[in-house]
Amino acid sequence: MKGVRHYPGFLALAVGCLVILYAPLAVVAAYSFNDSASITQWGGFSWRWYVDVFTGPEAERFGAAAWNSLTIAVLAATASTAIAVAAAVAMVRGGQFRGRTATYALINLPLMVPEIVTAVAALIFFTMVGITTGYLTILIAHITFCIPFAFLPIAARLSGIEEVYEQAARDLYATRAQAFWLILLPLMMPGVISGYLLAFIISLDDFIITNFVKGAGMETLPTAIFGSVKQGIKPNIMAISTMMLAVSVLFVTLSYIANRIGQKTRT
Amino acid sequence: MAGAAPQGPPQGSGQASGGSTGYRQIVGPLLLPTWAVIGVFLLLPVLLMGVYSFLTKEFRGGVIWDFTLAAYDQFFVTRGLFGDEPPQIEWTYIAIFWRSIWQAGVCTLICLIVGFPTAWFIATRPPAQRSVWLFLITVPYWVNLLIRTVSLKFLLRDNGPLNEGLMAIGLISDPLPLVNTNLAVQLGLFYSYLPFMVLPIYAAVERYNFALSEAAADLYATRWTILREIVLPVVKPGIVAGCILVFVPSLGAFLAPDLLGGAKTFMIGSLIDEQFKGSQGNWPFGAAVSMILMALVLLVLLVQARAAGKAGAR
Amino acid sequence: MTKLMTTAAALALMAGAAQAEGKLSVYHWFEYIPQELVDKFEAETGIDVTIDTYDSNEAMLAALKAGKLGQYDVAVPADFMVGIMAADGMLDTFTPEEVPNHANIAAQWMDVPFDAGRKSSIPYQWGSTSFSVNRDVYAGDISSLGIIFNPPDELKGKINVLDSQNEVLILGSLYLGIPQCSTDRAQLTALNDMLQAAKPHWASFGSDTSKDVLVSGDAAAGMIYNGFSAKARAEGANVEYVYPKEGHVLWMDNVVLLKDAPNRDNALKFMNFLLVPENAAAVTNYAAYTSGVTGVEPFLDEAIKNSPENNPPAGITPGAFAQACDAETQKLYDAIWTNLKK
Repeated sequence: MKGVRHYPGFLALAVGCLVILYAPLAVVAAYSFNDSASITQWGGFSWRWYVDVFTGPEAERFGAAAWNSLTIAVLAATASTAIAVAAAVAMVRGGQFRGRTATYALINLPLMVPEIVTAVAALIFFTMVGITTGYLTILIAHITFCIPFAFLPIAARLSGIEEVYEQAARDLYATRAQAFWLILLPLMMPGVISGYLLAFIISLDDFIITNFVKGAGMETLPTAIFGSVKQGIKPNIMAISTMMLAVSVLFVTLSYIANRIGQKTRT
Repeated sequence: MAGAAPQGPPQGSGQASGGSTGYRQIVGPLLLPTWAVIGVFLLLPVLLMGVYSFLTKEFRGGVIWDFTLAAYDQFFVTRGLFGDEPPQIEWTYIAIFWRSIWQAGVCTLICLIVGFPTAWFIATRPPAQRSVWLFLITVPYWVNLLIRTVSLKFLLRDNGPLNEGLMAIGLISDPLPLVNTNLAVQLGLFYSYLPFMVLPIYAAVERYNFALSEAAADLYATRWTILREIVLPVVKPGIVAGCILVFVPSLGAFLAPDLLGGAKTFMIGSLIDEQFKGSQGNWPFGAAVSMILMALVLLVLLVQARAAGKAGAR
Repeated sequence: MTKLMTTAAALALMAGAAQAEGKLSVYHWFEYIPQELVDKFEAETGIDVTIDTYDSNEAMLAALKAGKLGQYDVAVPADFMVGIMAADGMLDTFTPEEVPNHANIAAQWMDVPFDAGRKSSIPYQWGSTSFSVNRDVYAGDISSLGIIFNPPDELKGKINVLDSQNEVLILGSLYLGIPQCSTDRAQLTALNDMLQAAKPHWASFGSDTSKDVLVSGDAAAGMIYNGFSAKARAEGANVEYVYPKEGHVLWMDNVVLLKDAPNRDNALKFMNFLLVPENAAAVTNYAAYTSGVTGVEPFLDEAIKNSPENNPPAGITPGAFAQACDAETQKLYDAIWTNLKK
């Protein structure tokens, strides 16, 4: 029984995989606590670079960038999740309708177009129609490419929910809106949360597209980090990176937990 | 993460009965926002980019609304440094594409070689362990790609921890030149996209019916024969999906070549970036290169879709 | 859901409309102004300053031409680029009365050929471009530009080159003894061939990274600006900046008032602020170049004033400013650069 599942060396490769994935992150996280300003020597444990991030000369710039990143991520995740919920309901509950396949392709378009091409197209579009690049253009671009990320978990959850609950509600004279808000949406919630978190983190992480459509004086955290890294990987950058790392881990964990709860309540 | 392959429309229960919950009548309004946002802010821009690639570049940046094939001409044809020699095929940009395709291909292959056993190993764990392993593999995927690339650069540089460590234990006397090499770019791509390979293969292996392997083992097939003859054909869709998920984004990758390759060797992504952000200021050419990249990606997806179609028909 | 979307849209618009009064939008070179000085300006005037950076004159020009003109108030092009921008109608003019400290401009930088009488620009810093070598790696003769263009074995594959068309092509021309803005086919072909032959020995292209690669040891030699090399030395790299025997590039960076500046008055306040000797000296102390403002000496750090990078030994070959070539000639140089970068 065990024989056909077990292949020699596979465990080593799997462990090797994890080492490759985590080693650089671990090194950066470790060096962010390095007391020495030198990036090559260990000078003892210290929080000084974390203090520097919030009080140092670059604090204002990174603070503004972090605020932009955060507000854009919240707005983009909210808008794309709302759009994705509507789309998922139509795609899963709408039966067969004309243009279903085309719509499905459209929703997936942001995943199929290489990121750099999306960035170029967005920049050309905004320039052509004369929208000044800035906060708004970043937000629009983020909402657009976050839709499929929000859509996939929501649609997956929705296809697992049988129609009997809503039908029962409708039979008891609930309106379509009531059936949606009181029955379907709560059932969909784990998928919605998972989709929202994915969209949020995707927006928070985006560099290439943001770099193309950001306007004068606009930075998000990734573009600010990219700008700084050019002048050397300094300990304060490592501290910021480690904090972003922590935020990412937190969100995956939340998403993971939401999914687990989702599986348990699956009908 | 761009370049994920479509997995086919979700097969909801609505497909069978459809409409009894009353959503059928409002499909239009429900989908309007999606069409409005993606249609206006992605589909339309991509089409406009196509138009843009036929415009004339103004001297030192900017464009003139005169239609020309100049951008495509620059891509495929050379007339010498002074532009007055007989036209010949321009190999430079084709070489950049070839280099990118090759690197993306090698990256895909390495990801497959490492990713398949990993996915297999995870899928054959008891369920409780499985989710922990999956979680561990997914976490780096959600960590900012920029930060991951920077971390790798830091690790690899001449006086970085890796070289210092190897020198400290006396394995090498001089630092290995790792940063600013193709190897570094390759490693960066591999590191960026490995999880994309593991997850779809895992999904396929998890659904694999091990009774097939056991039956073959009963008939005295060796483990490796079973793997080659029985397992691989069955989990092939997962492998193909993983390959596309790795290949397509590495084709247009920008951060790894820029940060790890020293911005010296152009790849498609950095070539495009240079036209818009760098000193060239040649937007029509950048648009043209983007169009050609898009065409390439569509080709890959089309081939995959046809192959999947054939497999489905069997 | 609709309510949610409306709120989101309203929030986004508010954030977008925040670009109101009391702002100044600066398009500047990377790492070229100390944050403390920006803070000081903000404190004195109440103006909120945002700074975007670029890493070459050409990239700045291309970005402005591609629709960024009208978003920025001031930029900081080098001498020849001021001439190009003025010729393209990208600059606004001002009177000396609008910038009360106009008289602080050093005499030698007042009637410059690219902006006689300083009607669109004020001097920022000036300096030179050549290359630096890490003396721990290579101790041999470094007096020639051949270090970059025909490097000794020790330096092969360890050279960083500026990602800046103008500087690379002029230094290459100096190495070959070719005049700038040449239209001679043989000379241009020679320049192209020489650069193509040198490229395999280079590790990377990068301007904003040119200091870090020397400090981190990723490169052992590299084209660099004199002040940037001084900073690399201050950060612990044993680098020596060279005034090569073939010559070097001289430049003067200028703060220009851009056409359609959204905050013209604030831009003039900023320029006036930068002409105060103490403030100009603060830039010099940070960037380690030389100021174009009179009266900065009392405020300068000794180390900057006496740095070898800023005080070339007597008898060096004098540097040359970049010339703005005419369009037809420039296209040939553009072709060489494109050819090199691909």
